[in-house]
Amino acid sequence: MSNLLIILGFPLFGFIFNGLVGKYLPKSVVGSIASLMVAIPFFVAFGMIGDLSNDAQYSVNWKAYTFLTLDNIPLSVSFTIDRLSVWMTLIITGVGALIHLYSTGYMKNDEGFYKFFSYLNFFIFNMLLLVLGSNFLMMFFGWEGVGLCSYLLIGFWYKNVEFGKAARKAFVMNRIGDLGLLLGLYLIFSKFHTLEYSEFSNQIAAGNHSDNLLNAISILLFIGAMGKSAQIPLYTWLPDAMAGPTPVSALIHAATMVTAGIYLIIRNQILFALSPFATEFILWIGLATAMLAALIGLKQTDIKKVLAYSTVSQLGFMFVALGVGAYSTALFHLTTHAFFKALLFLGAGSVIHGMHHEQDMRFMGGLKKKMPLTYWTFLAGTLAISGFPFFSGFFSKDEILAATYSHGLIPYILLLLSALLTGIYMFRMFFVTFHGTYRNEKWDYSKVHESPLVMTIPLMILAVFSVFGGLINLPKYITESGSLVEWLKPMLPIMEHHEIGHSEEIILLGLAVLVFLTALIYTRIVFLKRNRVPTDSETGFFSVMRDKFYVDEAYNLVIVRPLEILGDLLHLIGEGIFLKIFSFGIYPLLQVVSRLNKRIQNGNIEFYLLYMIIAVIVLLGVNLIFF
Amino acid sequence: MMNSLFSLPLPFLVLSFITILCALYVVTSKNPVHSVLALILAFFSISAHYVLLNAQFLAIVNLMVYAGAIMVLFLFVLMLLNLNKDSEPVKSKIWGIAATISAGMLLLVITAAFQKSGVAIYKGSADDIGLVKNLGRVLMTDYLVPFELSGILFVSAMVGAVLLGKRESNSESLLDKGNS
Amino acid sequence: MQLLNIFKSLDISHYIYLSTVLFSIGMFGVLFRRNAIVLLMCIELMLNAVNLLMVAFSEYMGDAQANGQMFVFFIMVVAAAEAAVGLAIIVMVYRNTRKTDVSFLDSLKD
Repeated sequence: MSNLLIILGFPLFGFIFNGLVGKYLPKSVVGSIASLMVAIPFFVAFGMIGDLSNDAQYSVNWKAYTFLTLDNIPLSVSFTIDRLSVWMTLIITGVGALIHLYSTGYMKNDEGFYKFFSYLNFFIFNMLLLVLGSNFLMMFFGWEGVGLCSYLLIGFWYKNVEFGKAARKAFVMNRIGDLGLLLGLYLIFSKFHTLEYSEFSNQIAAGNHSDNLLNAISILLFIGAMGKSAQIPLYTWLPDAMAGPTPVSALIHAATMVTAGIYLIIRNQILFALSPFATEFILWIGLATAMLAALIGLKQTDIKKVLAYSTVSQLGFMFVALGVGAYSTALFHLTTHAFFKALLFLGAGSVIHGMHHEQDMRFMGGLKKKMPLTYWTFLAGTLAISGFPFFSGFFSKDEILAATYSHGLIPYILLLLSALLTGIYMFRMFFVTFHGTYRNEKWDYSKVHESPLVMTIPLMILAVFSVFGGLINLPKYITESGSLVEWLKPMLPIMEHHEIGHSEEIILLGLAVLVFLTALIYTRIVFLKRNRVPTDSETGFFSVMRDKFYVDEAYNLVIVRPLEILGDLLHLIGEGIFLKIFSFGIYPLLQVVSRLNKRIQNGNIEFYLLYMIIAVIVLLGVNLIFF
Repeated sequence: MMNSLFSLPLPFLVLSFITILCALYVVTSKNPVHSVLALILAFFSISAHYVLLNAQFLAIVNLMVYAGAIMVLFLFVLMLLNLNKDSEPVKSKIWGIAATISAGMLLLVITAAFQKSGVAIYKGSADDIGLVKNLGRVLMTDYLVPFELSGILFVSAMVGAVLLGKRESNSESLLDKGNS
Repeated sequence: MQLLNIFKSLDISHYIYLSTVLFSIGMFGVLFRRNAIVLLMCIELMLNAVNLLMVAFSEYMGDAQANGQMFVFFIMVVAAAEAAVGLAIIVMVYRNTRKTDVSFLDSLKD
């Protein structure tokens, strides 16, 4: 229990401390405290791996207090550390600590330094709430919390209105997904009378519940994941979220927050395994997203946007893995993706830092000489994501491809195409940014500099993990034991693994390598040898790709504009009519009425007498009629 | 009621007739002096009603006070101000209609109120209840305080009337000016 | 003195009608006449109508104390006082405006 307190409490403390007094402390103190508050939980969690590995059923549970009791069912604030949650914790705190360290250099000149770190710590706290919670309630708390932090951090440079709009867009789209999630939670609570994961899974495994119910819950939970993990149709916020500082993009939108949806599904794998309709749905959505995002990313010129669409696409890969029932594989890809995507984003941040805030790859080029550390680490990340043999991304992607192949041929082909596109756009970015001639007129080439150590050390650490991270889950044909999947098996017993013949596996492997080589050779020829630089003038399908397939514009037209019109209409009615009639109209009305009334008091005695008599008559009459 | 109109005792019928006729003449006559005289006649008939109703003393008092004193006062003021048919202001026809309607409505409402409510059973009273001896006894025992108070009222009215009628030293006297 | 007991052949309703008619006529006069003195006279007419009704009820209810007749006394007292003061006011007004027309007394208007 004390471990849990440390893991959860330290980031919270960091948030409060930096938030309250960070303004008055020197930046180095703020940065170190924030980073320590994340690094220490990492080591604590790491230390628990030993205990967890010895006993398959070992878990640390802590029930803090009962939040509320509904219908005699207690909803409690309780946490649990088991193999799944500790793994997620390691990723979150590990990558998080590295990014904290990086940010001390990247945000050095920002006046909101302390605020940034306080928000970052708060984000880590919420993310830990999400993964360490032992019931849906805590998960939901963390879910909303990270949404809030995402909003705060995307719009961190709040003076720019566009950034604020991007933050709002992220929050609103998240909320739309949350509606589905909430409905799912309500269904779970009303039908199963519990929100605890263990009880819920037991009930599902034990009894036979209607298929429709399970499918409905699964789809509703997936809608929540759609919003958080940027799948179609709720993905458009992620590219816009690049308005935030690069460390934010690295942490939240690459490594952690967007993986919350994946975690949700993995945690409830029994539910999803029994809902074939829902998993089929997830599969196709993931496929479509992977494909669409890759196509769009192919024609983007802002390096952060390319990485953003790459994230969306890779998340699609993970959902495809979930859709074919390969839950542990999805977790594996999540892990490797955290490594190399964080690396890529931090590398991009380093480039931006060295290029004095230039983000467009058309105005870069030839940076290899000037930023060697960034160059080599970035290369490592690019190779990893494209599936260079024996790097981490190769193993994870190959597992997913194999699982997809055993599910069906068409999904496999589509996924393979997406992998090809992934390689192409990544290497396109790499070559255009780092090779070729320097194309920037505003910032002198001599001023381009490498980033300080505090930024490059995380890059190097992450590069090591990106290269060798695959070793944690080597496939069966290489080694039998010591893999992540095996380790998680007691927790995640379901792993739909249609056995593929040995020869088929080799063919699949070969195809994956072939895809990688194709991408590399194509881009090398086009972008390196022929030195092609992306321009603005694209025609036909390519321009559609560059303009993001007009999805944002469609949303604007179909959803946003009508709501705005409705708002204007109501404003017109409310202010226009009601205000004008009731508030402003009262005065002329009163004037007219009082002018009429004035004539009654004309001083004439006869009139007064007449009024008196009429009053008497009326009173008598009323008395007669009604009483 | 109309069927039984002629089953009413003759005195009542005649007296009511006279009263109503005189009242109508009071309100419609152009000459104010005629109005006063008609009103005196009306008071006479009302006093006769009082006699019929076993209130003999009240009948005489009515004659003395109302017809004898108050109406004489009215007549006196009329003479003082020298009002006659010529200087009588006339109201427009609309007022006539309005007044008729109002009076009619009032009649209607009160009649309706009466119809709605029930009336008690007749209980005859002693024959000599209206004689001054009995009335005096009641007045001096049960109604002593109002009796004294009415005395005070009279005094204040007298004082008020005299004060109001007092002429200021600078204003012209009515007799001096005559009919200007 | 033995007198005709009127209620052997009449009902109280007849007196009520008579009184109400007189009252309405008086009210009509109040609204219709402009001369202040005639106005006061019509008011006296109304008061008398009420007196008549009081006495009729006193007899009808068999009042041992003749409360109705007592009340009539006091109404007469008030009527007399009121007539005196009212006429004094009219004289005063006449002195100032040379008119008894009530429609000219409108200086209290807006």
